[in-house]
Amino acid sequence: MTAMCDVAFLLLTFFILTAKPRTDDPVPIDVPRSSIQVPVPDENFATITVGHNKAFFGIEGTDLRRETLEQVGAIYKQTFTPEELKKFSGIESFGVPIANMHQFLSLSSEQQRQYAQPGIPRDSVSNELFNWIREARKATASLHNVQMRIAIKGDSKEEYPVIKDVVGILQKQKLNKFSLITSVSGGAKK
Amino acid sequence: MAELDTSGGGKHKGGKVRSKKQSTRIDLTAMVDLAFLLITFFIMTTTLAKPKAMDLAMPDKDEKTKDQLPVAASRSLTLLLGSNDKLEWYIGEPGKSAPEVIGYGPDGLRKLLVEKSKDVMAKTGKAIFVVVKPSDKSKYKNMVSVLDEINITNITMYGIVDITAPEIELLKRENLYSDNK
Repeated sequence: MTAMCDVAFLLLTFFILTAKPRTDDPVPIDVPRSSIQVPVPDENFATITVGHNKAFFGIEGTDLRRETLEQVGAIYKQTFTPEELKKFSGIESFGVPIANMHQFLSLSSEQQRQYAQPGIPRDSVSNELFNWIREARKATASLHNVQMRIAIKGDSKEEYPVIKDVVGILQKQKLNKFSLITSVSGGAKK
Repeated sequence: MAELDTSGGGKHKGGKVRSKKQSTRIDLTAMVDLAFLLITFFIMTTTLAKPKAMDLAMPDKDEKTKDQLPVAASRSLTLLLGSNDKLEWYIGEPGKSAPEVIGYGPDGLRKLLVEKSKDVMAKTGKAIFVVVKPSDKSKYKNMVSVLDEINITNITMYGIVDITAPEIELLKRENLYSDNK
């Protein structure tokens, strides 16, 4: 009995430690289904979440997040304190304009969840989403020496023009290969 | 099975009161049950929650490489994605053959893709080229299901292209360009 108990708890610990906490999307996203079986990579990976006409951006890896925020801040003449950088490196996905970033980072994580994020501006005047993606790619290339992979996680009810917008932003930086995040459909017949 | 020893301390001899000798064994059954339940839970959640990534390569928008590699009209199948979860398809150039309306799903799109790719292969000896043109009223879900069907039917040549005005007219004629959600 004792041996079985030991094994059971060892396995339990293993699974708890390897389990990744499910990331909460800023807006509810119903991912479209497909028969694709390729899992998303775990690192050097960024996700653009699109839902309710808003775009959110998330980077995997805390060092990349920190580096990206610093670089984007430099473009828009914003400086961030070490505390703000540390806090930002813990955020999975965000959708606030860079001008509101200080305010957003000052909130507690509970307040951040309640905060109505307006999405990252996609217009060509401020060009914010474009710069976020480019800086994230630069940071990945310089820190990890690999190409970053970009995925679009769209809500299945999202209108196509919004997706076209995001794809256009990616293509503007000559990024013609990316992934679409889907979930496995239950009744897929092959 | 391990259990708590609840038998009495025996008879008292000589009137001396001794403290009961307690067994150190505890019933572990409930704890092990719980541990295995949690293990099962974590195994289930970790393997199923992993999202999948569909790779997509868009045609290069660079001006220099534009209009390379012409594809014969007889080999190209164009899909116009409209509203109401419906799409139109035609082969060749727009306006020359009347477009047909079908739905997504195995009976509509997949059958069409399988049949047409066979047809084109038989007629021209080359693989079919599918042009996907999502209209502004189509949903993201529609685009993903089209790409999925293309993957399932093993069509390797396809592209996502912007829709043109005459094609929007075609969709409007079939009432597939409306705003309903």
